[in-house]
Amino acid sequence: MANVAEANPVTNAGGPSWTRWLVVVVPYVWLILFFVAPFLIIFKISLSDYAQAMPPYRPLFEGVGAVGDFISQLDFENYIFLTSDSLYILSYLSSLRIAAISTLLLLLIGYPMALAMARAPTSIRPTLVMLVVLPFWTSFLIRVYAWIGILKPDGLLTLLLQTVGLMGPDQQVQIFRTDYAVFIGIVYSYLPFMVLPLYSALEKMDNSLLEAASDLGCPPWKAFWKITFPLSMPGVIAGAMICFIPITGEFVIPDLLGGADTLMIGKTLWTEFFGNRDWPLASAVAVILLIMLVVPIMIFQNQQKKVV
Amino acid sequence: MAKTLGPVKRKFSPWTDPNAVPFIRFENITKRFGDFVAVDNLTLDIYEKEFFSLLGPSGCGKTTLMRMLAGFEEPTEGRILLQGQDIRGVPPYRRPTNMMFQSYALFPHMTVEKNIAFGLEQDNMPKGEITARVQELLKLVKLEQFAKRKPNQLSGGQRQRVALARSLAKRPKVLLLDEPLGALDKKLREETQFELMDLQHTLGMTFLIVTHDQEEAMTVSDRIAVMDKGIIMQVATPAEIYEAPNSRYVADFIGDINIIEGKIAETASALGAPGTVRIESEGLSIAVDQECQAVKDDHVAFAVRPEKVRISLDAPADTSANAFYGEVWDIGYLGDFSLFIVRSEDGRFFRAAQANVSRLVDRPITFGDMVWLTWSRDAGLVLTR
Repeated sequence: MANVAEANPVTNAGGPSWTRWLVVVVPYVWLILFFVAPFLIIFKISLSDYAQAMPPYRPLFEGVGAVGDFISQLDFENYIFLTSDSLYILSYLSSLRIAAISTLLLLLIGYPMALAMARAPTSIRPTLVMLVVLPFWTSFLIRVYAWIGILKPDGLLTLLLQTVGLMGPDQQVQIFRTDYAVFIGIVYSYLPFMVLPLYSALEKMDNSLLEAASDLGCPPWKAFWKITFPLSMPGVIAGAMICFIPITGEFVIPDLLGGADTLMIGKTLWTEFFGNRDWPLASAVAVILLIMLVVPIMIFQNQQKKVV
Repeated sequence: MAKTLGPVKRKFSPWTDPNAVPFIRFENITKRFGDFVAVDNLTLDIYEKEFFSLLGPSGCGKTTLMRMLAGFEEPTEGRILLQGQDIRGVPPYRRPTNMMFQSYALFPHMTVEKNIAFGLEQDNMPKGEITARVQELLKLVKLEQFAKRKPNQLSGGQRQRVALARSLAKRPKVLLLDEPLGALDKKLREETQFELMDLQHTLGMTFLIVTHDQEEAMTVSDRIAVMDKGIIMQVATPAEIYEAPNSRYVADFIGDINIIEGKIAETASALGAPGTVRIESEGLSIAVDQECQAVKDDHVAFAVRPEKVRISLDAPADTSANAFYGEVWDIGYLGDFSLFIVRSEDGRFFRAAQANVSRLVDRPITFGDMVWLTWSRDAGLVLTR
């Protein structure tokens, strides 16, 4: 064996060539099966027309012989409709606004947490990471439900404030079913996703850089902005993306904690699919959402490559 | 460079002047990390414009001592005076010291230029002056064409130069160098050592260097402090450290040396000559011209450097003292000289070095030859510690 390996070290590096081929192909197959194929199906539905039937859209693919007929029935009607009703545009904008504000709040809360974790003694760091991850041991849905119990007018928060005397017995907290409750729910749910990438970026940082800055006359608060923050930028960007993207499409939190006037595209999408059963229109909403999120990321990543 | 510095260095010896005021004074400094004592009640004076080395094995407390001067650690006990001022509690960013870090600690997100300018920007120096100073430093370390590069686009040697330029930028009163040349190959290291000496001379700063490389310390320093386990074993000029170590530890740490344990058999008066001792060591008799505190029957060590030992196939006229007879056990050919390891009949080893003055490939003395090693009475010294 050793002799063979020596004779042909390159091809033997990763075992026989078919295993290496497999390693490359598996993720692609996965992506095609679970991302590209569903996306194409959704995209096709978005070009169809609503129908009182099962499935609730026309045309259906009826074999290779009728393919020309099939394609001629597809059109961009649904997309045009999206621009005519301000509900959709407002939903998109409101989603982006909520996601942006939430991401900013997450950064403001998550950064000091991650920094404190990274500066903590090495021996307790694993425990701190565990504590951040701990909420995942309970179902996401249950945790959001728990917030209803806390935030509702006769909930735990009201009780607490009344007990400590910050609130009269006839007063109640009016947060539940408002945007505030949505922000609380989102920030709470997504905090680990912000803290962990920030922590991993900050933890890698060489402490001697801060010593060098101090040695050269830079006080600690200034060194944070000149050294620590710029060097943690990859973590900031990763954390912001991991949070911003799913928050934009968030459905559960605004549905459970938000009010009737909390507009989010996830909710609108759900209503189109399951309330109105207008699958073609709902698909169009989904496709636009995807483009909205993917295109800026692609542009951003391209630019990152140019910088490096 | 070295030639012009030679005579200047020899004349510079403020430590011999009782009226000289030390520039830096470590006064009874103790530093503990939990139960571990890194620096143990240490007192040390360093003078202005001195090139001072802290030399010792890793963990001897030399880096801790330097970090206390830079302000990264506070002494547990004792005080540090800089120009007569106690600097306890002064944060690093207000101390007139700058440090070149062992890891260089260059800011990876800044260009070479920005790294060097960093300290000057903290002092709110006008932009024009900063540019001029940075240019001057880039020229000094020969990196003008690399100004716009990031540290990760430089070689190890270039990074080390950037680190040096950055630490020099603010023209600190004291420049601290923590194992500055550790990452460089031998040739580049030697070159840089001379450049450092030249720099120190032209800039007139006080340099404090931490190193475990004795050759480096010998080359660059005005004085060396040899440290072990948090205490200073000896502070002296390189020549004194080499020729007159005060203990077995220092003798063994610096250079190559034969150390023979023995007992004082006779002291000066009995031998007739002033300042002479005779040591007996298992049949070997050694006479040394040296004033010695030890008295008869004290356990001492005799130390002699291999290059001060003569090697010969013929018996010397007097074999009663300072003569070691044995078989050539091993020969280390080092180019400029050869090291002979000679084994006596009772299994003791002694080393002698001989300069290879001629290009003889067939050496007159070779493996298995029976040889005599001899040395004069002033070649070695008696160590009591």
